[in-house]
Amino acid sequence: MVIPAELKYAKTHEWAKIEGDTAIVGISHFAQEQLGDMTYIELPEEGDTFEAGEEMGSVESVKAASEIYAPVSGEVIAVNEALEDAPEKVNQDPYGEGWLIKFKITGGADDLLDAAAYEKIVAEEAH
Amino acid sequence: MPYVPHTEEETKQMLKTVGVTSMDELFADIPPELRPKSFDLPKGLSEMEVMARMERLAARNKVDVVSFLGAGFYDHHIPAAVDALISRGEFYTAYTPYQPEASQGTLQAIFEFQTAICRLLDMDCTNASVYDGGSAIFEAMMMGVRASKKRRKLVISEALSPIYRIMLSSYTSNLNLELVTVPHKQGQTDIKGLMDAVDTDTAAVVVQNPNFFGQVNDFTKLCDHARSVKATSVVSVYPLMQSVLKTPGEMGADVAVAEAQSLGQPLSFGGPYLGIMACTKKMVRQLPGRIVGRTVDSQDRTGYVLTLQAREQHIRRQKATSNICSNQALCALRTLVHMSLLGPGGLEQTAARCMELAHFAAKRLTAIPGVEMYSEGPFCNEFALKLPVSAYDVVDALTERGYVPGFPLGRYYDGLENCLLVACTEKHTREDIGIMAEMLGGLLK
Repeated sequence: MVIPAELKYAKTHEWAKIEGDTAIVGISHFAQEQLGDMTYIELPEEGDTFEAGEEMGSVESVKAASEIYAPVSGEVIAVNEALEDAPEKVNQDPYGEGWLIKFKITGGADDLLDAAAYEKIVAEEAH
Repeated sequence: MPYVPHTEEETKQMLKTVGVTSMDELFADIPPELRPKSFDLPKGLSEMEVMARMERLAARNKVDVVSFLGAGFYDHHIPAAVDALISRGEFYTAYTPYQPEASQGTLQAIFEFQTAICRLLDMDCTNASVYDGGSAIFEAMMMGVRASKKRRKLVISEALSPIYRIMLSSYTSNLNLELVTVPHKQGQTDIKGLMDAVDTDTAAVVVQNPNFFGQVNDFTKLCDHARSVKATSVVSVYPLMQSVLKTPGEMGADVAVAEAQSLGQPLSFGGPYLGIMACTKKMVRQLPGRIVGRTVDSQDRTGYVLTLQAREQHIRRQKATSNICSNQALCALRTLVHMSLLGPGGLEQTAARCMELAHFAAKRLTAIPGVEMYSEGPFCNEFALKLPVSAYDVVDALTERGYVPGFPLGRYYDGLENCLLVACTEKHTREDIGIMAEMLGGLLK
């Protein structure tokens, strides 16, 4: 189970890499493992705005479909287009090439969990 | 024997087992005012009484007539082999092919059906079919609503079948959508009017080819325009005629829908028929219903499976693309068998024959003084006539004599009480048309 210390996490298993007023967002190693092989990632478009906790897309795997929620409030400034043809990147490299969206943050980042707190949630859910 | 699932004694036992004393107590959670007071069913009859009553009812049908009725449903010839093949018991199972290891035959049949439909309409993907042409239109419009995320406006051509327009308004009545209907112009689809109505608030636009009046159009420009404002274009078609007309795929439609009755289903008093839905690859995740895909197993053997199931109810729950989780499997198989027996050439010949007869009929009928074409544009096998008298009267008078001359358009369009919609199929002969024309001429003298 990989939970990088430098990232922030949401209870709904999204991660955010916050740099100044931008955040790169993806789903955690635990989340992709639970879902299994990804077959399709449905993402918003550049320019869309979300409140933290609002549904921003979905991930489909061979056995399930799950909504993904915005971990921060903000405007979408980039989308990982590579996932359209290669959704498996989310499985292979969830914190790297499998990133989903880049946000310009307008709020909500303070409510995120650090790696230790997120690890506790994962431990509870895994049992 | 009474055809009831359980006896009073069994009912009592079951109630006792779940710990209640009566049916009313079992349904205690349902407020009394929501429970049916009575199902208002008549008392049962014996088999003999039922047969006698049904035969009396059936005898009132006029079946031995020459009919020029169309209006979306056409009396085409169905090769005898279709019924012979489709009557095999194996095809009459009511199971859902969710276990591919047990359903390869059914799955392959649906896959072949999808392939045939994709080729006929020049579209990328097709689902396993839906209930009928009207539900296909509603589902297609909802694909547009979902794809656009927040748009609520649907633009509808008034030259779309009125039956389907009524279905669309009742299906959408509680969905908080705005339906904008663009009037027809003398039976022609008002493409310019539709283009003006399709804007950046529009989720989807629907047109029909040939339209309800039989008029043929090329909707390429409309589809282009819809794409430019990110609205979904839906083209509803008469599938048999797609063998000779420009197809929805060639026009650049996002979704093509059709009532497939003309491909091997008997008219059968209005059903069962089947709805066709096909779309571009880009739209496939919005496509409702079942979709069969072809794949290989671990040993590289070809296998067929229901695919993209994440769209469906059993995975997506309340966020499923649609509540349609079934298909008209037997009707779809009929359509596949019918199309396979005719082949592309046979479909084209059939369509051409229908058109030839309809153009002959139009010429013959407009030669009668006072009878003229209602629309000026090109048509396939159906056309509207303007009569000097009420079309209802003409239909009544000729039907009495064994010839149903067509469909009175006044039934759905105000002001067209004198208009008659006439359809020809390959089952008509020039003689049929001649006799009908003689009768009409005599009536109008």
